[in-house]
This record gives sequence, structure tokens and C-alpha cells, in this order.
Amino acid sequence: MYRYVVKRVLFLIPTILGVVFIILLTMNFTPGDPARALLGESAPQADVDAMNHELGYDLPFTEKYVNYVKNMVVHQDFGVSYFTKQSVFDEVWPRYIVTIKLAFLGVFLAAALGIPLGIYAAVRQYSLWDTIPSLMAFLLAAVPAFVLGMVFLFYFSLKLNWLPSYGMDTWKNYVMPALAISIPPAAMNLRFTKSSMLESIRQDYVRTARAKGASERVVIWKHALKNALLPVITNIGLSLGSLIAGAVVAEKLFSIPGIGSLIVDRISYKDEPVIIAGTILIAICFTIVMLIVDLIYAWIDPRIRAKYARTKG
Amino acid sequence: METVAAVQFKKQSQTKEVWRRFRKSKGAVAGLLMLSVIVFLLVFADFIAPYAQATQQDLAIKLQGPSFGHILGTDAFGRDLFARIVHGGRTSLSIAVLATISSCILGSALGAIAGYFGGKVDSLIMRTLDIFMSIPDILFTMAVVFALGAGFINLLLALTLAYFTNYVRLVRSQVLNLAELDYVEAARAGGSGSTRIIITHILPNAMGVIIVNTTLNVAKIILYESTLSFLGLGMPPPAPEWGLLLADAREYMRVAPYLMFFPAMAIVLCATSVNLIGDGLRDALDPHLKS
Amino acid sequence: MSEAILEIKDLWVIYKTDLETVAAVNGIDLRIGKGKTMGLVGETGAGKTTTALSILRLLPSNTGRILKGSIRFQGEDIMGMNEARIHAIRGDKIAMVFQDPMTSLNPVMTVGEQIAEAILLHNEGIKTAEVDRRVDDMLGMVGIQASRKGEYPHQFSGGMKQRVVIAMALACEPELLIADEPTTALDVTIQAQVLTMIKDLRDRLGTSMLMITHNLGIVAKICDDVAVMYAGEIVESGTVEDLFLGKRHHPYTDGLFGSIPSLTSRATRLTPIPGLMPDPSNLPKGCAFEERCAHRMEICLKQHPQKATEGTHSILCHLYGEKP
Repeated sequence: MYRYVVKRVLFLIPTILGVVFIILLTMNFTPGDPARALLGESAPQADVDAMNHELGYDLPFTEKYVNYVKNMVVHQDFGVSYFTKQSVFDEVWPRYIVTIKLAFLGVFLAAALGIPLGIYAAVRQYSLWDTIPSLMAFLLAAVPAFVLGMVFLFYFSLKLNWLPSYGMDTWKNYVMPALAISIPPAAMNLRFTKSSMLESIRQDYVRTARAKGASERVVIWKHALKNALLPVITNIGLSLGSLIAGAVVAEKLFSIPGIGSLIVDRISYKDEPVIIAGTILIAICFTIVMLIVDLIYAWIDPRIRAKYARTKG
Repeated sequence: METVAAVQFKKQSQTKEVWRRFRKSKGAVAGLLMLSVIVFLLVFADFIAPYAQATQQDLAIKLQGPSFGHILGTDAFGRDLFARIVHGGRTSLSIAVLATISSCILGSALGAIAGYFGGKVDSLIMRTLDIFMSIPDILFTMAVVFALGAGFINLLLALTLAYFTNYVRLVRSQVLNLAELDYVEAARAGGSGSTRIIITHILPNAMGVIIVNTTLNVAKIILYESTLSFLGLGMPPPAPEWGLLLADAREYMRVAPYLMFFPAMAIVLCATSVNLIGDGLRDALDPHLKS
Repeated sequence: MSEAILEIKDLWVIYKTDLETVAAVNGIDLRIGKGKTMGLVGETGAGKTTTALSILRLLPSNTGRILKGSIRFQGEDIMGMNEARIHAIRGDKIAMVFQDPMTSLNPVMTVGEQIAEAILLHNEGIKTAEVDRRVDDMLGMVGIQASRKGEYPHQFSGGMKQRVVIAMALACEPELLIADEPTTALDVTIQAQVLTMIKDLRDRLGTSMLMITHNLGIVAKICDDVAVMYAGEIVESGTVEDLFLGKRHHPYTDGLFGSIPSLTSRATRLTPIPGLMPDPSNLPKGCAFEERCAHRMEICLKQHPQKATEGTHSILCHLYGEKP
């Protein structure tokens, strides 16, 4: 198990390097150059060329990539924003923290809402505990996060005036964005948990447990559940992508100073350094969380532990 | 050894059987009906609500609620909301379908190759896939849209790249399971080439899972694409995109909430009908899944 | 005749789904003597597993239904028992070993835990040290090192897994062991080992057994009594001598014997039984075996046969029923 953890953590590094590579490669196709963006439309071409050379813009892509990584890792230097002319890192980091907090809240809520309801729906199949949550989950699966957010704004802010529509000061600010972000993945978790539980209950080893004389409760909670949760955990990892999309949207809707809204805003200003930095940071966080999910899965499933204990790293 | 005729006959009766099971699910049939209505509206959009109505501004009648002349009301520029929704639907749905098809083809091809050839090819494809999957969809889409600019083709490209990963894993595991089976061995022993084996033997069996996933992905892409438009990363204005309609509606929530509700309902109805069909297909293709 | 540990009378079991109703067991009588081993023989789909599951009331709750009949264990009526009682009996008085060892064990629990669970379920207040001791004993009895009890099922081979399952079943020293084709899923060489082990354990513990199999070799080796099942009915029953040495048999039984390849006799063709078992959702009115029977008569098509009994040997066939 220990070897597996170390192996996976070490594998993070080439993954992150690969991610940075892809992002930089994609951005390479952007028209325009940094010097022009920094100096402005009216600056003389000679100055622009000089600055481009200074910034290393005319180097081959691989060199640019290496330089970027070096700067990123060693100096925490992500360059200078084209828009504000400030250090990208200083701008980006605090907003990054805000987004991370929001995203984690979303993941937690999505699991806390979806999984227990899903289990109950499976155990009490065809009862009201099943039909109502399943129906709601089905409908909510068709509602994108931003629509949900707008509807919340409309009712809870506008009409009922219960919750504030912008800002980050009190816990009340967190309610609507957290719900808007977590409800669609929660709906998916519910449906998936339910089907996984139903599948698990049908397995032979559940029958064996019953034949041993175990009560229905033990059979469900001890035998079926643990096995059912395995694919659910993987699924949560997969749903993180849409959760981040939801976070970006929520930031825009509720005017939350997070990194998602920063990136979206700066797109229209063509502020490449900020966009690249923001994307990379989120991707890194995402990768780490996926790793944690995988590790949790391996911790629970002894088959994976064994498989990786035996293979050489 | 199955003859082509025998395989085709089996497919025909299988299709009938699948259709029969599909019909049994009320939800699935409802979904199909809903979708048919939607598609009908979209196809005949030009007759029902000419494009001119969707873009023609008439400030005199701006922000009016539903009325006889404009059944869903007008927006801030006096444009008919119903027409805008219908034409927006055309774009949304066509992008969703095209993006789904292209991501399906790209992903399935890669998955089949990875699964069938195994070894280094497999490792390479899967490693690259892992890196792609480490980047959350929306970030990657934003990067592509930023680099290449907005527009129909670019959006299509961004969506394809975001969703093809679904298929690679799926098809690869199907291929891995099926490639072991004896009749594939037999085909190989009989001299069939790799491509032929993949196409005639493996893909038809994987087809069920692919179809279900593809259908459900259409719904996901509809939602995702409207989210992108909402953020300003989809089709540029004044395209009557559903996401854009909702972004516009935000300002006028207080005075004209219908501007928000009608496009929202359009999105939800569309996605729900596709989801119903997808679920119906899943149950119809594999009755074992129902208890 | 020894006292009966299990008595089944006129049992009828169906599986009902939205699409069809399957008549799995159609009026069987079965009697297992205390300390005896009853072999239940038949092809796949004959109703053997359904019978076994019915004894412990383990039929799938949404589709399986016992229509009528009685099952009495040590005189107690199984169908009438309440939840608590049947739970107490399962694993403790009556234990079951299922066919496929690969899926019978919970993949995320160690084998020691799973055996211990059987013990803990039926021994309230037992000390942990005592449980551990018993688990070690059971593992030893089935030929697995006690040190392996912290390992997971996937770390064992098929044969070893089945031994674990048997250890689990015998952990509480049940009065009756139901073994549903316990060796069918194993390699041939392992089959013999496991079978010998089951036999030894049975002899040592004095357990009564219901051995379900389609392998007549196993019947010869381990069973005292035999019942042959076809299309949900018991078409022939008797002691193992009746079946192997008797002169008269149900045509189906003859067919079963004829289908076994023999090492000793000269090369003759195998004589499989032509045809297939009838569709259980659409059983014929007369004798269920009629279509495939070499001795069929007109009456077989129209009338259901009666049981003809001679001492311990019963045959359900028109050939033996009617007085000439």
C-alpha cells in the first residue's frame, strides 16, 4: 500500500508537466504577442521586437516550455498580467484559495446529499423514499448549474430577500452558490449510488451472508454497502470536472472573487498569462484531488492494494 | 462461422426486440415524443417563427410579457422570445449532436485501437488520456476558445476534445473483453485482418454501450454548451443561443422574469427528453439491469 | 428407517416475472434421514437449486414464490417460522455451500472475518479469543494454514476459496449441510480433493447432507440416498444401491447413465438423451419427459404419471405404475 501511494504521488510530477505542456501548446496558437499587449497598439515596432526578444517570445516552443516550468516551480513566477501589468501570481493566488474553498464545499455537499439518499432509495426501492428522490434527481440532472443559480437568485434574493446576491462576508453568501454547485453532482451521485447498491445487493456474496443467518440490516450495511461504494467513489472523482464548471459559473453569477470568474473575465482582455496561470493552478488542484480519490479507493478495495503491492514501480 | 446474411438477420430481430422493450417504458416513449415535437419545431422553425423575428429589433415593444402576437413575450430589444428560443434551439441541438458524433468517433477509434493492439500503443494512448483528463473540461474548453476564437467550428472542436475521453475508456474495456472471446480467435485464424475484425466483430457488440452513452452525452453537451454560452465562451452574440438568452435575462430578472424562465425550460425539456430516451435505451438494450 | 432431519412434502415453487411464470418445482417429496447424505441429481434447470433455496427461504424475494407444500426441519415447520427463527437456523442448524466460489465470498473482507462472522452471528457473548480459536480450527480442518486468515478472497485459488466457503458453512457445526454443486466450478483434480474433504468432515461431524450434483460419480462416492429430478419433479428416488444396482429405472435415469463415458467398457458410442428439457414456463400436460423418452406410450402424452414404489425405490413413470 505504501509503495502504491509513493508511486502515485511521484506520478503526479510527469502528469502536471504534461498538463502544463498541453495548455501552453494550446495557447501557442493564440494570435498576438506579449510585447504588443504590454506596450500597446501605438508602440513602435522596434520596441515591440526588442521586448519580445527580451521576454523570450521568439524562442522555440520547447525552450519556452522549459523556461515557464522553471519560473513556475523555482520562483513561483507566472509572469506579468497583460491587463493590470501586475504580477500574475499575486493576483491569482488569493482568488485561487476562494475557489478552492467553494469547490471543496461543493464536493462535500454533493456527496453528503447524494450518497445517503441514493443508498436509502436502493434499500427502500419502489417506496416513496425511492420514487421522490429518484424523480427529483432525474429532473435535476437536466438543469445546468447556472440555471439553478439564477432560479435561486430570483426566489431567494429577489423575491424573498432571504439571502444576499453578492459578496463573500457571511455564511449566508455561501448558501446559494454552494447549493447551485453541489445539486447537479448530488443528483448524479444519488442515481449512481442507487444503481450501484442495487447491483451490489444482487451479488452472490450477499446471498452467502444471508445463508449464514445475517439479518437484512447487516447484509445491507456491512456487505452490500462497502462494495457498492467503490464505483461511487470513482464516480465522484469523475464528477469533479463538472463541479469545477459549476464553480466558475457560480462565481460569475454571485460575483464571487474566485479564479474561475477571473479567467473568464480576462479572456475578453486577451490576458494570456493570467489565463494560463489560472488554468494550470486549477488543473494541478484537480489532479491532486483525483489522486486522493484514487488513494481512498485503493485503501478500501484490497484487490487494488494487492495489485499495486506486487507490481514494481 | 456466421454468414453475413445470418448476422444481418440476427440484427434485425434484435432491433425489433430492443424496440419492443423500449416501447414498454413509459418514460422513454414520453421522451421520444417530446423530442420529436422539439425537433419538429426546430426543423420547421423558418415557417413557425422566421429568423427575422428573432433578430429584428423593435424597441417600441420591448420587455413585454407573453401576448397574442408574441406568445412568449419580447426581450430588451423587442425581439420575439419564442422565435429566439426556437432558433437558438437549432444551434444548440445541432452543435450538441455534431459534437457528440465527432467525440464518439474520435474516442471510440482511439479506444478500439488501444484495446485491440495493446502494449506500447495502449500505454501511450492511455497515458495521454490521463493527462487530458487531468484538465477539467471547462478549463480546456476555455483555453481552446481563447486561442482559436469563438465560432461554430471552434466550439465544435473544443467540445469534441472535451468529451472524447468518455469513449476511449469505455470502448477500450469492451474491446479488451471481446477480443478474448473465441470467435475473434477463430476469425483471426481464418485470416481476417485486424481492421476487419474490429469493425465486423467487436464494434457491433460494443455498440449497445456506445449508443447509450452517446445519447446521454448529447444531453450533457446541451447543458455544457449552454453553460459556455452563458459565460460568453460559446457562440458570439447576437446568435440566439439559449445560454446567451439566459445571460441577457439576468439583468432584467426583476422586471421580466419570463425572459429567464422560458429559455431555462427549453433547456431542461430538451435535456430531460434526451435523458429519458437514453435511459429507455439502456433498459431496452440490457434488461438484466432492471431488477 | 432412521428419523428424518428434513422432510419436504408436495412442494411447488414458481418464479414470477412481468413476462412469464416459470414452474420451477412441481410437487416434490423429499426425505433426508438423520446422518444420511441425500444426492439430488439432475440437469441444469431441473429445479435442484430452487429446492435448496426454498429450504432456507432464500428465494429471490421479488420473483420466487412457494406456492404450496411443507418443509419440516427436525419436525419444525420452516415456512411458518418468523424472521428471527429462520435467521437463527441459517448458518447454525442448516448451512449452505453454493456453486461458484469465485463470487460467493465478499471481496473486501478477509476470509478470517467471514468465517468469524458465521460464528459471531450465532454465539452471542462469545469471547474474541474463542472466536479466533474456532476460526483457526476451521481453517485447519479444511486444510488452509491459519496464518492466512488475514488474507482476502482474491488471494486464494478457486479450490481454496471453496474450502473457505465450506469452513464458513461448517463453522457452527450445522445439523444439515446443503451443498449445491460444490465442486462443479473447480478443476477436475481439485474436485476430487474437495470432495474427499467434504466426505471426511461429514463423517467426523456426523452432519446430514443434501448434495446437489449432476455428476453420478459424486453420487456413488458420497451419497446414501438419491433423488433424480427432472423438470421440477422427482422422477426417481431410492437408496444409492437402488439406483446403481437396481434393475428398473426411470427412462431418464437410464439416459443419464448412458451418457457417462466409461473407461472400462469397449469403445461404444455415448448415448446422449435426445432433445431438451421442456420450457418451464410452458410444461406439458402429461409426462414431462415424454418427448425425449424411448419408451413413450400414448398415455404418457395425456396423463401425468403416478409414483410407483417398491420398498425404498420410487419411480414416477407409466411403465411401472399400471398393472399389466
